[in-house]
Amino acid sequence: MSKLWKIILYTGLALIIVGAFVWAPLEPKILKEYTRIFYFHVPVAWICVLFFLIAAYYSFQFLRTKDLLYDAYAKISNELGILFAILATVTGSIWAKVTWGSFWNWDPRETSIFILLLIYGAYFSLRSAVEQEDRRARLAAVYSLLAFVTVPFFVFVVPRIYFSLHPDPVINTQGKIHLELRQRVVFFSSLIFHTVLYLWLFQMRKTQVKLQMILRLYKENKMLEE
Amino acid sequence: MKQIWLIFLKDVQQEFKTRYAINAIMLFAIVTLSAVSFSIGAYTATTRVLAALFWIILFFSSMSGLSHIFIREEETQTADTLKLVARPSSIYLGKFFFNLVLLVLLEVILIPLFIAIMNFKVVSFQIFLLTMFIGNFGLAGGGTMVAAIISKASTKGALFTVLSFPILLPVLISGISATRKAAESVKLMDAQNELQALLAYGIIIIVASILLFDFVWNE
Repeated sequence: MSKLWKIILYTGLALIIVGAFVWAPLEPKILKEYTRIFYFHVPVAWICVLFFLIAAYYSFQFLRTKDLLYDAYAKISNELGILFAILATVTGSIWAKVTWGSFWNWDPRETSIFILLLIYGAYFSLRSAVEQEDRRARLAAVYSLLAFVTVPFFVFVVPRIYFSLHPDPVINTQGKIHLELRQRVVFFSSLIFHTVLYLWLFQMRKTQVKLQMILRLYKENKMLEE
Repeated sequence: MKQIWLIFLKDVQQEFKTRYAINAIMLFAIVTLSAVSFSIGAYTATTRVLAALFWIILFFSSMSGLSHIFIREEETQTADTLKLVARPSSIYLGKFFFNLVLLVLLEVILIPLFIAIMNFKVVSFQIFLLTMFIGNFGLAGGGTMVAAIISKASTKGALFTVLSFPILLPVLISGISATRKAAESVKLMDAQNELQALLAYGIIIIVASILLFDFVWNE
């Protein structure tokens, strides 16, 4: 990543923080001061879903090609995913405390993020349980895809059965986002910059893992020669 | 088709020699049921609580037995022979039907006992039995697949519940909701959402498992 991009990213993120706290108007009726957390909670939650898709994609790629590099990619996107899932849970929980009155009350959205955390926990405990490298990669990839198949149920079915207080209905009615212009600017730039930040982190980790693998291969070859 | 039937028969015969899975699953159900009933005592719980308790007992007792079917193959080291004689998809389906039968047997014992001991009044047996029938497919389908993963991992047992809980949670959530409705209303249409969810889940998890089973089974 070039230096120019870094400068754009850093200033952009700084401007978003300033914009969220000072520039963007508040939602006057229900949320008031609590509107501000919206600019950070939603991007973080969106990234945690994005990484989940990426992990499923690399798991699929691994099963198709049997290349251990893809397994390493799936693993790091899961690691970053668990980080963002925790961030989304914490910010969501704080928001829930100030608007609904309690940190945790098993709202369908809270249930689904909790399931996501459980899936990550299960994924990493499965990985730690298997010794052999290729077998571990295979089982983890299968489990990742199996979990991926069940996620739509938490997104579409559970909120249908149980009543939700999550503010999609407040902000997002009939598929249209009701935001004022300044709110919209801050929200979408926050979404974009957070995504770029995430992809940058992911890219760095990918390079790191790749180098580790090359180094290991080099060492093994050297040992064989000796 | 014939292969599936033969694998199913083989597992039934093997099960009758030791009766390990059946004993484990039944006794686990009875022990948990009596523990729950004992600790609740004379207090009459609401249908909401009873439906949740019923599914928790059902879930954890099935977790105690469903993984046995693949672990047995690894313990007796017959997995490699099985690999040679049958296609992966028919192995999965054979094991799946065995677990399905195991679940039905469990429910035949558990449902009357639960109704009698916990004083659970089912208004609509139509909803209740349909929920059980469709829910079984999801439970057995997901359970069999996770059991296959577990049997290949080095540590067995405790991991099975941890891995299958997030996968099987949709069954649990819609099952509890549908069971509560079976105790509250007569009309089948009231539980429509839940039954549709259970059916969709069962189909999706079985199809995904058949596709993915090959990667777990063949090394």
